[in-house]
This record gives sequence, structure tokens and C-alpha cells, in this order.
Amino acid sequence: MEYEYHWSIVFDKMPELLSAAFVTLHVSILSMLLGIIIAVFLALGKMSELKILNYLSGIWIEIARNTPALFQIYMGYFGLGALGIHLSPYVAVLSALVFINSGYLAETFRGGFQSIAKTQYSASKSLGMTKFQVYRYIILPQMFRKIHHPMTNQFVWAILMSSLGILVGMGELSGETQRLQSLSFRTLEFFTVAAVMYYIITKFVLITADQISKRLFKGDI
Amino acid sequence: MNSLFTPLSWNDTGFILTGILNTIYISVVAISIGTFLGVIVGFARVESNKYTNMLIGSFLDILRSVPLIIQLILFTTYIGVMGYPLNPFIAGSIVLSLYTMAFMSEVFRGGFESVHQSMRTASRSLGLTYWQTVRYIRLPIGIKVVFPSWLGVALSVIKDSALVSVIGYMELLRTSEQLISRTQQPLEILIGVGIFYFIISYPLSLYGKYVERQMTV
Repeated sequence: MEYEYHWSIVFDKMPELLSAAFVTLHVSILSMLLGIIIAVFLALGKMSELKILNYLSGIWIEIARNTPALFQIYMGYFGLGALGIHLSPYVAVLSALVFINSGYLAETFRGGFQSIAKTQYSASKSLGMTKFQVYRYIILPQMFRKIHHPMTNQFVWAILMSSLGILVGMGELSGETQRLQSLSFRTLEFFTVAAVMYYIITKFVLITADQISKRLFKGDI
Repeated sequence: MNSLFTPLSWNDTGFILTGILNTIYISVVAISIGTFLGVIVGFARVESNKYTNMLIGSFLDILRSVPLIIQLILFTTYIGVMGYPLNPFIAGSIVLSLYTMAFMSEVFRGGFESVHQSMRTASRSLGLTYWQTVRYIRLPIGIKVVFPSWLGVALSVIKDSALVSVIGYMELLRTSEQLISRTQQPLEILIGVGIFYFIISYPLSLYGKYVERQMTV
């Protein structure tokens, strides 16, 4: 069957699409930043001696890791709505992404932290380093070397999963594409352009992360 | 109120059950086809030269860097426009399988690369042909090694299968969504859905961790 492509309609809407792409980018960056902060606490909680902290962070981490992202977003948008807490689509998507990111990152952090041999603490202590110096110069650089790759993957995942905003009417790249295509019914053209934009965004993030890691760990990865 | 919305009742069990079965059905199909293709593509990437490798790699890259939801919408729209509309299950299975394949091929590639060159040389020197080496040495070892990562990808596919609801496949989340719009009881239904995903995913992830520990020790 013949299908006539009308790309000009899409290109007319390019400013809207680009600003929506920035919404995608900033919701995923924000979800990573908040996710990292919470993940540090969750990882500390999971490693702490206190049973109750251990238990609570365990629950958070396992729920985040074992339920679909779409479920989390519905929970934030429809589920909390039933309790009288009405979140905007933006907040619902952001909080779902933060919830899941922190669960995955907590496990990443814990793995990275535990992979560093205990003898290194004693060794650096015996060299006369303070606790702060041990972490600053010995533990954290090694840990970051191990976790930067999973962290980049998590960031890409957050970008891709923010596309679920389409289902709750959020104005990020997918949601905006959906709205624009419904005005003109050029579904194929609009979503093709959106796919290309997602590809460019994730490639950009991956290449940037790669460059940063090359600068930071000259040669020895 | 009562005339418009009817509360959740035991009569809905069948409807929810269909959703659960459909979720399991499409996940099993996508994981099976994705694994099968993933083994082939992963092996092809290990064996092929630099340029073929780059070609396959860039195609897989596209599958991995475009959101699944966009892939689903694009695929169904495209086949619709071309005049071959497929039902949501088949369209969803195709997209989800290819998406799974993109991740599985990376997993298996790692596994095949972990089979050391000296092992291949050893088996060839024992008189095995190329294909016998592949069949009896490289495939079994390479596949066994990556089991924990395979399970990880399979679990994420089960969770991602929820997205097939956007093209109209009646999986668990979509049936629950329809129940919500009838009953107006989102919290109860969604918590039930969450528990279902959790009891499938959590034991399997524990098992994956257990196997991983067994392997490293």
C-alpha cells in the first residue's frame, strides 16, 4: 500500500519537540541526582548493624527492583490519588523514577563498597591517614571506578523509562509527541523523529560518560 | 454512584486471571525467542570480522537506545500503514522478542568470549571438527557461565511486558486499568498487581544471586 510521508509537519513542530526533549533530559537527570542521594542512605542502611534499618532499606530496594516501572507510575498517579494525594504527571513520573533508580543504585553502591578489600582500611590507617583521608583517597576513587559503568547504564535506563510519561499525559518527549501527532495524525513521522531524538540523547550521554571516565581514570580501566 | 460504578467482586477473578496468563504468555514467548536469537547473534558477533560486527552492533544499539514504548507504537503504526495489521499479541511479541534479543546477544557474547582460546585449541587438537567444538565445548560452557545475567534480563523482560498494554494487548496491567475505571478502586487493584509481579520476580532474583555466589566460590 502506498503511504505518503509528510515530514514538513513534523519539522514545523521541531521547537516543541526539542523543548520536550529537554524535559526528558532534565527529569532523568533530576531522578538520577535524587536517586543517588537516597541510594547512599539505602546502601548504608542495608549495611548497618541495626536490624530495623536493614529491614526497611531491604523492602525499598526489593520492591523497586521487582516491580515494573509502569506499575510504579500508576501507583503514584492513580493509587495515591485514591488516598487524596494528587500528584501532577511530572511529579508522578519523577517520583517513580527516583524510587526505582535509588533501589538499583543502592545495590550498585553496596556491591562497589564491598568489593574493596577490608585490608585496605587497615593498611591506610597504619600509614597514618585519618578516616576522611582513607575514604577520600583510597576507598571512594576505587569504588567510583567500579560503579561508574552501572551508573551510566542506570542513567540511560532513566531516560528511556521517562517515556512512560506518555501514559499519564506528561509533557516529555514521548508525551509531547503523542499530543502533537494527535493534532495531525502523522503518527509514523512524529514517532520516527522521537525515536531518532531518543537515540541521539542516549548516545550523547554514553559518549559523555565515556569521555569523563577516560579523563578520570587515565589508562587503567 | 452505585449505578455507575460497581465495586470489585469475585466475578472479576476470571478477568484478572486472563490478564495474569497473558502476561506470563507473552513474557515466555519473548524470552524464548529472544534467547534463541540472542545465542545466534551473540555467537555471530564473536565469530564475525570487525565490520560485520559493527553492522550488527549498530542495529542492536538502536533497539537498546529507543524506548520500548516508542518501538511498540512505531511498529504497530508501520505495519498498519503498510496494510498488514497484526493483532496486538503478535505485534507485541515481535517487538518484545527483538528487544530481548538485543540484550540477550550482549549477555551471550560475553559468555562465548569467556571460553578461552586455549580450550578451543585443545578440543581441535583432540580431533573435534569446528562445529563439534561449537556444539560440545563452546555453546555449553558459554551459556552456562552467563545464567545469572540471563535471568536478570529475563526478569526485566517480564516487567517490560507491562508496556505491551499500550498497543492493546490485554496483559495484567491493562486488565487492572480497565477494572479501575469500572470500580474506581485503584489502590486495592494496583497493590494486588504489584504483589503479583513481586512474587514472580523476587524469588527468581534471589535464585539468580544464589547461583552467582555458587559460581564465584
